[in-house]
Amino acid sequence: MLAKRIIPCLDVLGSRVVKGTRFLDLQDVGDPVERAAYYDRQGADELVFLDISASVEGRNAILDVVSRTADAVFIPFTVGGGIDSVQFIGKLLQNGADKVSINTAALKNPDLIKAGADHFGSQCIVVAIDARRRKAERSSSSCWEVYSHGGRYPAGRDVIEWAVQVQESGGGEILLTSMDSDGTLSGYDLELLSAVAGAVSIPVIASGGAGKLEHLAEALTVGRAHAVLAASILHFGAYTIADIKQYLKRRGLPVRMPPAPA
Amino acid sequence: MNSKIVIVDSGSANLRSIEKALQKVGAETAVTDNQSVIAQAKGIIFPGVGAFEQAMTILKNKDLPIILRESIDAGIPFLGICLGLQLLFTGSEERKQADGSFAQGLDVLAGQVKRFPPGLPVPHVGWNQVLPRRGHPLFAGIPSGTYFYFTHSYFVEPQEEKVTLSVTDYNNCFTSAVAEKNLMGVQFHPEKSGPAGLRLLNNFLNIVKDPSLLKGEG
Repeated sequence: MLAKRIIPCLDVLGSRVVKGTRFLDLQDVGDPVERAAYYDRQGADELVFLDISASVEGRNAILDVVSRTADAVFIPFTVGGGIDSVQFIGKLLQNGADKVSINTAALKNPDLIKAGADHFGSQCIVVAIDARRRKAERSSSSCWEVYSHGGRYPAGRDVIEWAVQVQESGGGEILLTSMDSDGTLSGYDLELLSAVAGAVSIPVIASGGAGKLEHLAEALTVGRAHAVLAASILHFGAYTIADIKQYLKRRGLPVRMPPAPA
Repeated sequence: MNSKIVIVDSGSANLRSIEKALQKVGAETAVTDNQSVIAQAKGIIFPGVGAFEQAMTILKNKDLPIILRESIDAGIPFLGICLGLQLLFTGSEERKQADGSFAQGLDVLAGQVKRFPPGLPVPHVGWNQVLPRRGHPLFAGIPSGTYFYFTHSYFVEPQEEKVTLSVTDYNNCFTSAVAEKNLMGVQFHPEKSGPAGLRLLNNFLNIVKDPSLLKGEG
């Protein structure tokens, strides 16, 4: 059976992993390759590097991080942050990334999804969607708006409509972040997850809101997510990946248990 | 003097990971699209990601189909990975031709490449269990049910059942590895499958060093 994936997300600034709260109070937490190897040993199923530097220097640094990671870590990893051209996607893949995650550039230019998928295959094109719940007006049904630029600007689009277009354009996976839940540790927006997962047939990765183990299980069952991105819950030391997987296994979810130490 | 494993440069992007993983298990490697280097190989890895038809076009432009077929016929241990496995087959429905026929593959194994049926999440992405149907040196020391990393929308359907070396359950069982004599192929990515993947690549290296391990494989 296809296992549910646990995916640690590492924020990379220059050539270092940092952690902070919503881009503030950034602390250096180490070398990306060492952190990647650490999570690999713990049994992470994949890794995501989010390049938060968004500068030319940052771009060169992330290429170096990618190639050093690919030399040492033999699980899939995705790179996101400021990716806006087929050329740069190609560079990241050549340096050893398995997938790229596109967000703002895909909203500006949906053809980038198609061009990326045509060149490199859908399997390596992840589209990240930042979603915020709209205030209910007359309608009683829920809806969510897409935000761009790291959640700064409303994109004027409905999340479900955009998710379907992402799939039709050749996106291989959707990384879905609930801006309302992100950082709250109070659980995922399960209604959002389930609505998107029901609207597309490509896998949905849940992000934003996990504070306890039960939240992860809910995202993978009620929310119908294929995978969960784990940031705060891991970085702040509350749980290890092994804790998470043992819990999910007890809940009857299929997970790949970490290999026994040699 | 030349015990190199040649990784065929089929124009796809993920060659670096495969090379690093092989080096990790102690293989000498060369990434090449040079016919004479391929002809000298003691073992061949044939990777690929992306679109079937585009990959065939690149192979043809590089004049590689003939040398690949000759190496397979000569008994050189050969491992196709992901699209590299699919390209070994007769054809793929990935890009139907104007007349309704399938895109043509290398046709060293009889069978077709098919898309997962509607209703299933596609691509099939993530870690899934590999269930070998028989003992084979490629899976030496790897228990049945071990997880490997997959990412694909199409799967192979060999014409002859005995070509299937392992199956994987994704709603229905599909062929996740094939073997016929010196020819092997896996749908998953051993270079991205952690310790289990490295073990499989190490097993391939052992086969390259001692092809008699394949004795009895028909």
